[in-house]
Amino acid sequence: MEKNVALIALFAALIAALGLIPKITLAFGVPITAQSLGVMLCGTILGSKRGALAVLLFLLLVAIGLPLLSGGRGGLGLFVSPTAGFLVGWPIAAFVTGLIVEKWRSAPLAVVGSIASIIGGILVMYVFGVIGMSITLEKPLLEATGLVTAFIPGDVLKAFIAGMLTAALAKARPASVLSRSEPADAV
Amino acid sequence: MISLTSPVRTIAHGWPAGTKLLGLYVATALLFAIESLLVQGLVFTFVSLLYALPGKAFLVAGMRQLKLLLPFVLIVGLWHLWTNEYELGASIVLRILSAVGLANLVTMTTRLSDMVDVVAKITKPLRWLGLNSRVLELAIALVIRLTPVLVERGGQLTQAWKARSRHAPNWRIILPFTVLALDDADRVAEALRARGGFNNMEDI
Repeated sequence: MEKNVALIALFAALIAALGLIPKITLAFGVPITAQSLGVMLCGTILGSKRGALAVLLFLLLVAIGLPLLSGGRGGLGLFVSPTAGFLVGWPIAAFVTGLIVEKWRSAPLAVVGSIASIIGGILVMYVFGVIGMSITLEKPLLEATGLVTAFIPGDVLKAFIAGMLTAALAKARPASVLSRSEPADAV
Repeated sequence: MISLTSPVRTIAHGWPAGTKLLGLYVATALLFAIESLLVQGLVFTFVSLLYALPGKAFLVAGMRQLKLLLPFVLIVGLWHLWTNEYELGASIVLRILSAVGLANLVTMTTRLSDMVDVVAKITKPLRWLGLNSRVLELAIALVIRLTPVLVERGGQLTQAWKARSRHAPNWRIILPFTVLALDDADRVAEALRARGGFNNMEDI
């Protein structure tokens, strides 16, 4: 129980830290944030339930006014802004990503992690994000999709990085990759 | 770290956080239900007035946080200029600005501790379901404490990388970063358990 709470809190902090360290962001060569990588990692490493909880905890802190989103953004305004759909989609993205990693055990973890991140962290997340934009901007879904397609290549790159990192972490710290190992004191 | 709270103290700081949040919820629901440009314009004027009342420092801080809406205002504005639906475009832009503006006002005038109290109050009924809301409060405190720790770790790793390589740090740095973070989580868990764990949470 203590380890789960510590890991959930730590991954919430990790998402925040990934948004605060510009050096990592810039190294991709594209002006993208590493925060959605954090969401993918929550799923691939913590698994469905705990990954979603970590993302929810992070969003709760953003909602109560901590400037933890990349660029020092935060506060309640974000949850009614045009990008609110993405925030709503984050915990679900982490959940789906984690669920795929938990269930699909026949392929190498790097492959599973990458594909799970693409399905959960990109497909699921963009469905929510696009619906959110479509509602707030009163635009048809297709046009709303057009506004965000520029960010998809960067996210695919992040999905592959998430897969590779998960496989490497499973070797380095197998006990902490909860999506693949049941710790002794599971909730 | 950039602060999202107001640089000056306003009357709204004294209002109960729960009431402000409830009011915001109702106001946002109404904003999205109303189509009339006149009403949207009046609401926007009212919100602008709220920002202007506490003085210049407050207004500047508020505007800085609304800057992130600029690209969307531009896109929607140009779109509706293109399609000649000026009225619809204006009403969408005004609605987004008012909705986000109002929500930011609540964030600016509510202290973090008051917000955490609201969260604690809302999640208290969850205890009937077996969820300990004290654990949530502890988790909030842990994230606030751990974020600067992780940022510092990231900074140290970046320096270590720069001392050894001619190339700028790239995504590979995230692996040792995450390993260090996982080790930190282990130590935090041990520390929590050493202090009695969650079984004794009610006594704290």
